Amino acid sequence: MDGAYEQVSPAACGACAAVPARAAPIAANLVLSLPTAHCAACITGVEAALLRQSGVRAARVNLTLRRVMIRADADTIAAPLIEALRRAGYEAHEMDPNLLTGTEREGRDLAMRLGVAFFAMMNVMLLSVAVWAGGEGATRDLFHWISALIAIPTVAFAGQPFFKSAGLALRAGRLGMDVPISLALILATTISLFETIKGGHHAYFDAAVMLCFFLLLGRYLDHRTRAIARSAAEQLAALEVPRAMVLVQGVEVARAISEIYINDLVVVRPGGRMPVDGVVVAGTSEVDRSLLTGESLPVFAGPNSLVQAGEVNLTGVLTLKVLAAGQNTSLHRMAELVAIAESAKTRYTSLAERAASWYSPLVHLLSFSAFGFWMWQTGGDLRFAINISAAVLIITCPCALGLAVPAVVTSASGKLFRKGLLIKDGTALERLARVDTVVMDKTGTLTMGIPEPLDFSHIPAEALQVATALSMASSHPLARAIAALGGQGADVTDICEVAGYGISGQYHGAAVRLGRADWCGADPIAMTATYLRLNNQTYAFGFTDKIRFGAEQAIAAFKAQGKDLYLISGDTTAAVRAMAERLGIEHWTAGALPQEKLSLINRLTSEGRQVLMLGDGLNDTAALAAATVSISPASALDAARVASDIVLLGNSMEPIADALRIARQSRHRIIENFLISGGYNVIAVPLALMGLATPLAAALAMSLSSITVTLNALRLK
Amino acid sequence: MNVLVLLIPVSLFLGGLGLLFFFWAMRANQFDDPDGDAARILRTEFDDHPQD
Repeated sequence: MDGAYEQVSPAACGACAAVPARAAPIAANLVLSLPTAHCAACITGVEAALLRQSGVRAARVNLTLRRVMIRADADTIAAPLIEALRRAGYEAHEMDPNLLTGTEREGRDLAMRLGVAFFAMMNVMLLSVAVWAGGEGATRDLFHWISALIAIPTVAFAGQPFFKSAGLALRAGRLGMDVPISLALILATTISLFETIKGGHHAYFDAAVMLCFFLLLGRYLDHRTRAIARSAAEQLAALEVPRAMVLVQGVEVARAISEIYINDLVVVRPGGRMPVDGVVVAGTSEVDRSLLTGESLPVFAGPNSLVQAGEVNLTGVLTLKVLAAGQNTSLHRMAELVAIAESAKTRYTSLAERAASWYSPLVHLLSFSAFGFWMWQTGGDLRFAINISAAVLIITCPCALGLAVPAVVTSASGKLFRKGLLIKDGTALERLARVDTVVMDKTGTLTMGIPEPLDFSHIPAEALQVATALSMASSHPLARAIAALGGQGADVTDICEVAGYGISGQYHGAAVRLGRADWCGADPIAMTATYLRLNNQTYAFGFTDKIRFGAEQAIAAFKAQGKDLYLISGDTTAAVRAMAERLGIEHWTAGALPQEKLSLINRLTSEGRQVLMLGDGLNDTAALAAATVSISPASALDAARVASDIVLLGNSMEPIADALRIARQSRHRIIENFLISGGYNVIAVPLALMGLATPLAAALAMSLSSITVTLNALRLK
Repeated sequence: MNVLVLLIPVSLFLGGLGLLFFFWAMRANQFDDPDGDAARILRTEFDDHPQD
């Protein structure tokens, strides 16, 4: 079976040729992620937009993975395609196609083995039922032989994941869950084959293939939850702009980041992300640092300002002199911080692992002592003693145990997904159930990252109209917020945007300005604001960051559940204090650097607390990775989403409180499942030890416990 | 009992056919994008011919 499966090469398989764009993922030389694609219209829109681009030969959207695979001429680069998609209204990010193939292949491999095990289980079970129902003599032997023909290749093929991992465990000197599994599979098959040759009464072929099936099912469910999560560090690297525009003798040339050196001149257009750390030599603009530092306000950048890789250029064209590129940029150093935090995190041992650590020695001990006892008791009847010890191994085999955790996690993930939470890590629920402290970031997490105008009623109508007219000309976030109020615009002419400062125009023959305080000659007020200069008077337009939907409810629920709350942000003291007071959060820290966030988490953890971190920015990434469990909103940066265990898909924060409840419930279900599978063993193992277990009893115990465990998992509300 | 001689091979053959079909479906990536396939049948433009 294995051989036949290996032989078929993609080129030789006629069916594959019918669906070339999908069947040959190698041919797709560009992969873009599409976080917002969700419907049939998106498929059409994305594919049509891409096929209109020159160089693109085929494009196929995968809606399940939210990706589009593109087959294009070798010299095609992703940037214009992403830009074309953005114009068509779809967010897209370049992904490294080489990073994506591994987990998919593993999942397909498991599914293939699962299918084979299912086929074999059904057929062998049919034959076994006939034997249990009273098949005798030649009929029984014939049925055993047919079962052997099906079961032996099946176990050899479908059992490979267990054999491999058992081999690894033994070489490392450990007894994992897979050692007793492999032993049970091999023993059951060989003993049954021996009995079949001898024309014996009992064969355990059905047990062997059923074990394979149930265990593979658990393994497959487990794999599916894990496949969604990919290493945060890899994604962070993908976030770095792969190409930048370099000035070579006054001409702009696109060049890969790896070929940019210190003192090169790099041009960054509005809306672009800084590819390098550098100093501005020409141009003025404002840069958005919120994802790197958590500052909610754009920062002015002009000649001699320092900018860091990862910041977003908002309004004007900037020319940078490179101070550090690639491996040395601050973005890359942040990625390393995340990698370190990630590696520290893997120390969590899941409930399943803890169960396995005492389970497997016990099983081996039981089986060997049964063997020894019956050898002594029967005066050296090897066949009988081995039969008993095999029956013990088969009955105790952790079928239900293998399903206990994945079944609950799959059921809970489904529940939470419908509530708008994506669980990326199987053990995240277990960890979430233990949380007693919640640490939150402000900008983009508790707030939407969108400025919300305060009360403008004290501003004269004329001033408001002038401000509206001016703000319509800019894409600056504050200007957009004023324009979005939908007020009537005054008759302002000669409007032009002065990058980095604001917008100016002519109104009734006099100059008007909307923008920074010093540029308008206004006294700055102590909050996020923009200023208008009109008829030698200045007006301040104050803004607050819009609070996330459900944030108040979620905080109230956390308090009701007795969690300790911390607010830590890179924003100014005034903004953070206002938010903390508004939500009633006692502990807060402002102006925090990424390292400080990380050290707060580490301090709380060392006090023995289980910390839940909520964050969205690059500056939170290390803290997200270090916390016991972490949640980030869908609007967060890719890197933050990847570093966290759970992603909030909707805009509301309310489901988080629900998630804590469901997590505690699923932890209970997992423990119940362990007790159930243990309970079956308590009844069945003594029977097996006494030599009373028949293949029928083994099959009953195995299937009943697996079904009970699955049903118990579905009880989750 | 003679009927078994016929029925057992038949049942194994049919089961095997199902298994082969499953193999084909896996190898042809039929399970790659269930969401997308569900959405694609609702589109108005039809791709009768494989993309190239």
